[in-house]
Amino acid sequence: MNLPNAETLFETLTERIKPVINANTAIVGIHSGGAWLAERLLPILGKDLKHGILDVSFYRDDFNERGLHSETKPSQIPFDVQDKHILLIDDVFYTGRTIRAAMNELFDYGRPASITLAVLVNRGGRELPIAPQISAFDTELADSQNLQLLRHENGTFYFTLEENT
Amino acid sequence: MKIHIKNGHLIDPKNGIDAKQDLYIAAGKIASIGKVPEGFVANQTIDATDLIIIPGLVDLSARLREPGFEHKATLESEMLAAAAGGVTSLACPPDTDPVLDEPGLVEMLKHRAKQLNQAHVYPLGALTHQLAGKEITEMCELSEAGCVGFSQADVAIKDTQVLWRAMQYAATFGFTVWLRPEEPYLAKDGVAHDGEVAARLGLKGIPTAAETLAIASILRIAKETGAKVHLCRLSTSEGVEMVRAAKKTGQQVTCDVSANHLHLTDFDIGYFDANTHLKPPVRSQRDKTALSNGLADGTIDAICSDHTPVDDDAKLYPFAEAEAGATGLELLLPLTLKWAEDNKLKLSDAIKHITQVPANILGVAAGDLSVNASADVCVFDPKKYWKIEPKALLSQGKNTPFLGLELAGKVKYTLVNGHVVHG
Amino acid sequence: MQNPQLTNDGELKHLLSIEGLPKRILNQILDTAESFVGVAEREVKKVPLLRGKTVCNLFFENSTRTRTTFEIAAKRLSADVITLNVSTSSQSKGETILDTIDNLTAMHADMFVVRHAQSGAAHMIAKHVAPHISVINAGDGRHAHPTQGLLDVFTIRKYKPEMHNLRVAIVGDVLHSRVARSEIHALTTLGVPEVRVIAPKTLLPQDVEKLGVHVFHDMKEGLKDVDVVMMLRLQNERMAGAMLPSSQEYFKTYGLTPEKLALAKPDAIVMHPGPMNRGVEIDSAVADGSQSVILPQVTYGIAVRMAVMSILAGN
Repeated sequence: MNLPNAETLFETLTERIKPVINANTAIVGIHSGGAWLAERLLPILGKDLKHGILDVSFYRDDFNERGLHSETKPSQIPFDVQDKHILLIDDVFYTGRTIRAAMNELFDYGRPASITLAVLVNRGGRELPIAPQISAFDTELADSQNLQLLRHENGTFYFTLEENT
Repeated sequence: MKIHIKNGHLIDPKNGIDAKQDLYIAAGKIASIGKVPEGFVANQTIDATDLIIIPGLVDLSARLREPGFEHKATLESEMLAAAAGGVTSLACPPDTDPVLDEPGLVEMLKHRAKQLNQAHVYPLGALTHQLAGKEITEMCELSEAGCVGFSQADVAIKDTQVLWRAMQYAATFGFTVWLRPEEPYLAKDGVAHDGEVAARLGLKGIPTAAETLAIASILRIAKETGAKVHLCRLSTSEGVEMVRAAKKTGQQVTCDVSANHLHLTDFDIGYFDANTHLKPPVRSQRDKTALSNGLADGTIDAICSDHTPVDDDAKLYPFAEAEAGATGLELLLPLTLKWAEDNKLKLSDAIKHITQVPANILGVAAGDLSVNASADVCVFDPKKYWKIEPKALLSQGKNTPFLGLELAGKVKYTLVNGHVVHG
Repeated sequence: MQNPQLTNDGELKHLLSIEGLPKRILNQILDTAESFVGVAEREVKKVPLLRGKTVCNLFFENSTRTRTTFEIAAKRLSADVITLNVSTSSQSKGETILDTIDNLTAMHADMFVVRHAQSGAAHMIAKHVAPHISVINAGDGRHAHPTQGLLDVFTIRKYKPEMHNLRVAIVGDVLHSRVARSEIHALTTLGVPEVRVIAPKTLLPQDVEKLGVHVFHDMKEGLKDVDVVMMLRLQNERMAGAMLPSSQEYFKTYGLTPEKLALAKPDAIVMHPGPMNRGVEIDSAVADGSQSVILPQVTYGIAVRMAVMSILAGN
């Protein structure tokens, strides 16, 4: 398949997100791709919006198999989650396990009023009853394919798609 | 029983033999070397092709653990270990339970050993009653019972006056006093050489000065009282230096080093290997080198095994709490051979430290293959490597810092009084 | 000799001492601990990482403080915690240590946190545990207290991020201190250029300079221009062992007072592993003063222990 243009998708995502923003929204990007997206979104959606980053390393369900990720970064949620409308941002939605971990972690900070999940690409293959409410692009990729969002030095996004043997 | 050992390479330091020679044994004694004795018909022939024949080893320190410590080892098992190690004469320290301070105990030990008909056992009697460092023992009675010298084992005498008088009394009768030089207050609770390794590992150190101060006192008292002294288990380079200087003045002093200390330093403690917990402690590279040089130049007279078997659990403790000591009867020969090879010494020069010289120190007829000497012989394969592991050792003590290593030198036959005790 | 703390792939299997750990692993622990600092500030101070795992505190030597922080750390990782205070009577040596370990293994303990009065105890236990079990040394004799060493450098890193430019002084009874040894190894491994020890000769190990430290007997000289002052606790037994004449004289010569602290850099930080002997090694004015980071040390101690447990449980 042709890789879609990440920057074009980002614009699409921005337009689809704008309607759901209100005064009680807080944007939370999932480290690292979601955090990059949130960082670019913030000035567009309103600099005063509450925002944070989640590193879900401590909530993953594969700890026993794979151990602790070698690069865990501290989560930063510098606002009160209680009663907020959380806009959760991630780059690629796949099995849904990352989102499951992110939600568990968010709930350890407080009880949000709602969580809206917005992703750049929904690549199909979910293994849990979780789905993004907003996505810029939907497709079906094989399990052997690995789609990654990367960032140039100037901050613009691009995709890579690898075939795992 | 007439035995002919043929085709072997015979080394007898005392008689200066180092050549391919056959050995003829009759009636428990050496009958001849090289020439067939008249009318000799062998009952048993041993083919010693590619093997080396030496006098049976004389070990200056082997704990047999009887009486009193039968859970660690027994006379039976340790005598078998001695035979397997080629040791045909050994001296045992008096720290048994009860302590060897009564003639009756010494007689019993000698009797038991004789019955087993293996190595000759020469007990060292306690220098003070119960080794407590207060009252001297009946040295004459003990000597008559069979003690070849008097020792304090690992228990230093704290009261210098008592040490003086004990040595003075021994000097009266010409008895040799065997002392391991260690100042008890400086060494108290110490478990490792006081240096960098002990600093890193957080182990209480025994400083070099603990040995040198004690050597100074002992040598001084020996000089003044005229006592013959044998210093046991030197471990420091400064200690070697002091003995060298004393011998130069003509003072009558002998000393030994444990085979372990010729090969190990405190770095070998590694990650708290309790098998390296020894008395005296293993010390620095510098000390090890000095001990080796001291042996080579004759400052140190003999190598001993310092055989100290412990029961299996005794080493399963944190380092400081583990029982000190290593099993050694079966390693004395291979460790001596390794020392000779590492230092490029002739085999005959190395062998004398475990045969002729220790026999002289004990004052017994052993350690050589002179005609009419007791036929105590060790025949070994110098090229055969064997792995040091529990199942390869006959001693009940499997505690050795050399576990897992392969050493060259396997005893094939050991004879005591002309009969085969091993092989 | 294979380092017993590392797996064949060079990952952490046990934490027994800082000595022998590569810089990479120290940094991994410190970096992971950063993430756990934030957890302590949340409402829900737990993460589910060690859920279903059992951590066993095996304290052969008593310590309420250390034991409590390990318990808190384990519980914040959602682990189940068993605490065994085994008294060091003459019966509970050797066999009993290893028999105890076997019993606990049968009860599905996954991790042992061990404190013992003898150097090398944690190594001995690590040698005998089943392959899936990790051992954390919570202090063995005078040898090591690696989590303390780690939380100390974590604290230093927080206040003085430029580690390669620091002068650190460790003051007090280095001879008997496992904390000092671990601190020295952590600082030298992480590349702190100057580590000083300040103590009377009777309280320094033989050949201590071989550990990579500069030795000072004069505290005023030793504190000049240092960035970090790490105080060690002085135990009463030192007077009994003829190593020191009195705590009064010790305080005069080696105690940290505001006057002595002034010799260090003006923004120098003061640390102490606790518990403090006020008026013996440290003056209350300094302990409670603005340069003291003694309380943050405790908080960071929990985060560091969580990091260690997480890394071990995951390897």
